Amino acid sequence: MNSNPTPSELLRELTQTAAKQWESLHNPAVPIIYVGHATCGRAAGSQETIDGFKEALAEKGIEAEIITVGCLGHCYAEPLVTIHYPGFPPLMYQKVGAGEARVLVNSFLQGGEDPCFEYLLGALEPNDTFPTLMDYPRYLYEKRVIMNQCGLIDPYNLDHYLAVGGYQALAKVLEKGGQWVVEEIKSAHLRGRGGAGFPAGIKWDFARQAEKTPKVVICNGDEGDPGAYMDRTLMESNPHQVLEGLAIAALAVGASRAILYIRAEYPLAVNTIEQAIAAAKERNLLGDRILGADFSLEVSVFQGSGAFVCGEETALIQSLQGNRGMPRYRPPYPAVEGLDGLPTVINNVKTLSTVPSIVLKGSHWFKSIGTEKTPGTAIFSVVGDVEYPGLVEVPMGVSLEHLIFEICGGIKDGKPFKAVQIGGPSGGCLPESELSTPIDFDSLRQVGAMMGSGGMVVMNTDACMVEVARYFVDFTQHESCGKCTFCRIGTRHLLEILKGLTKGEGSDDDIAELQTLSEEIIKGSLCSLGKTAPNPVLTTLRFFKDEYLAHYRDHRCPALMCRELIAYYIDLDACARGCDACVACCPTESIFTTSNRKKAIDQEKCVKCGECVYACPPEYDAVRKVSPPELIPDQGIKPLDGKKEESNE
Amino acid sequence: MVDNLEQDQEVDLEEERILDAIAAELPGISRDVHQLIPVLQKIQHIHGYLPRDSMGMVAAHFAITAAKVFGIATFYNQFRFNPPGRHPIKVCLGTACHVKGGEIILENFTRRLGIEEGETTKDREYSLERVACVGCCALAPVVVVGEKIESYVTPSKVEGVVTEIQVQNEIAERAKAQDEQQSDSE
Repeated sequence: MNSNPTPSELLRELTQTAAKQWESLHNPAVPIIYVGHATCGRAAGSQETIDGFKEALAEKGIEAEIITVGCLGHCYAEPLVTIHYPGFPPLMYQKVGAGEARVLVNSFLQGGEDPCFEYLLGALEPNDTFPTLMDYPRYLYEKRVIMNQCGLIDPYNLDHYLAVGGYQALAKVLEKGGQWVVEEIKSAHLRGRGGAGFPAGIKWDFARQAEKTPKVVICNGDEGDPGAYMDRTLMESNPHQVLEGLAIAALAVGASRAILYIRAEYPLAVNTIEQAIAAAKERNLLGDRILGADFSLEVSVFQGSGAFVCGEETALIQSLQGNRGMPRYRPPYPAVEGLDGLPTVINNVKTLSTVPSIVLKGSHWFKSIGTEKTPGTAIFSVVGDVEYPGLVEVPMGVSLEHLIFEICGGIKDGKPFKAVQIGGPSGGCLPESELSTPIDFDSLRQVGAMMGSGGMVVMNTDACMVEVARYFVDFTQHESCGKCTFCRIGTRHLLEILKGLTKGEGSDDDIAELQTLSEEIIKGSLCSLGKTAPNPVLTTLRFFKDEYLAHYRDHRCPALMCRELIAYYIDLDACARGCDACVACCPTESIFTTSNRKKAIDQEKCVKCGECVYACPPEYDAVRKVSPPELIPDQGIKPLDGKKEESNE
Repeated sequence: MVDNLEQDQEVDLEEERILDAIAAELPGISRDVHQLIPVLQKIQHIHGYLPRDSMGMVAAHFAITAAKVFGIATFYNQFRFNPPGRHPIKVCLGTACHVKGGEIILENFTRRLGIEEGETTKDREYSLERVACVGCCALAPVVVVGEKIESYVTPSKVEGVVTEIQVQNEIAERAKAQDEQQSDSE
């Protein structure tokens, strides 16, 4: 038997070296600086932060190691930096730009004198001196199953993943067999996280029982939902977890080919996954005879070309086959007849990422999280007008109110809450009265929204619901593949009506038409793009009908958002003589000086971008917004010297 | 806009070069039609866009009709049919960006650069397009300029982005002129 070590034994060998490396990271000899360097970190300027650290460290001659990690999901605090200085607990700092990096080097890394409390977010480990992250509601209420290593390990270093228990689930499944894992996932009642919520175990079972071979598994990373980016984060921050889940799925159904379908708009995710595949192959964790067992898997990446409809299984398969991504009628389901007619299992990134921990900790553990019908956790990208936007992983079943107000800190700048849009273009807008709704597939569907892929946009009273509905229908109309008449033409007609409304045109008949047409589109469409496209219209009509009425009856946009129905003017009583702040910022030079050396807006030139509102110093706060535009008071404005002064001399 | 560019002889020459390069590469690629989208992606990745004639060449390679290739290329949002500018500007109009005024930002670029979305300026310095979501919703509104993501964009920042590119171009030009002067004096 010595000549044939088991997968676990082989993995143990791999893990031993990894563990040593990990150990030395946790008892560092030199300071270690972790910088969050995923797409959102980069957008917030993490490259400048890294350069800042390098420069300052070189100047002072301090030896330190810089490690780039993925994203922790705390987008509001980017760029995030964790410093592990010998003798201190690992400390996390927020909004660290190049300047802050220099300060940290000078006062903390040089001798460990002052750990810079002003930028400190919290310590990662319990200690006596520093507040820990667990002291914040955001961390306290979160339950991290899928994202537990995101932002803490180096996605490009397989050893990090191995050291935190990576690929052990795969080794376990290699020993216990495919049937065992299918039963385990079925018993865990893991529902597909892509939006539909179909039980993954049942899907696997179908494909496992299909006779045709070879079989294919596909990881759906075509996250086209505007406003959702958790799949990208998972692929960028913990790619091996996705790959491990994919390999387990392949083993479960008996597939020999695995494809990761990733949006081409996510170049960093594509790159990270490709590097991870290469690293895993090198250690025999993917590829031929994985960990010495009788199981081989060929893994490849296919870049999705940006069609929202390709999130639909059958459309995704079409695009893999080199066709337009148009869905087809089901059955036969892809699990029976998919890519090139072969049995094909398609799972979302989040579903696959959940699999390793279920395998390791058991289905009982998984069922202890979340609700009875939907166990486990959900990841939401909570964005918009909340205090702490970012990715949040919570147990299924928590209420919307808890998520928005306690975990994400409520509405920014103390403005009132108006609506939350859940589930992207297929979801709905829910008002305050529905905030007690628990978050799970079934409850959300009951109130007309959808879990979707977990995009959540929180809006304050500045958002116009008619305009939001128009935006989503504009999106789905553009993304409709054109196969079903109701989806192709119906959404176009919806869009025309909504466009009219945002300009103040429409009638009672139009509102009735929106309702009936929406219902007909749902009935007459094949795939869930069409079936859910009218959701934003239906929910806004249901919860915010007054707003629709105000648009065409009073030509007024109550939220002051629809630009055809609003106007800006400058209140001469508040405007300060001689102040030029608004003049310089106006992109169309529509602001002129009045006869008493105050400012006024030329309504004909004004494009209503609202820049002057921000430019006006808060102590004057003289720019007013009104709807309808006729409400602008007559202030008897005369231009200086009888002519409108050129605004930029 | 395509018509405008086609009048431009320089562009014609460049397009010819691109087509030659594609003709040289295609025979080495598998004729399996599954490779169709990856091939189109590769052409766009290397050359920045899909020249009209390239689609005919791809069709011939896979032994399918040019109409099918054109149908696929126009179906997917990723493909573009005119050359991108040296500074491609992508305005994100995802949900979060839209709510925070992404449309206003797009309008400001349109006005500032004098082109509509999907177009390229005549000097091929800038191109402007809208994208559905770049996945940085917490930093909305977002604009991607070249490879760099600009966050919390306002109309004034639009001005700043364009001015920055202009200033950098000027600096580069001046440095070049200085270098030439130095090499002349030597």
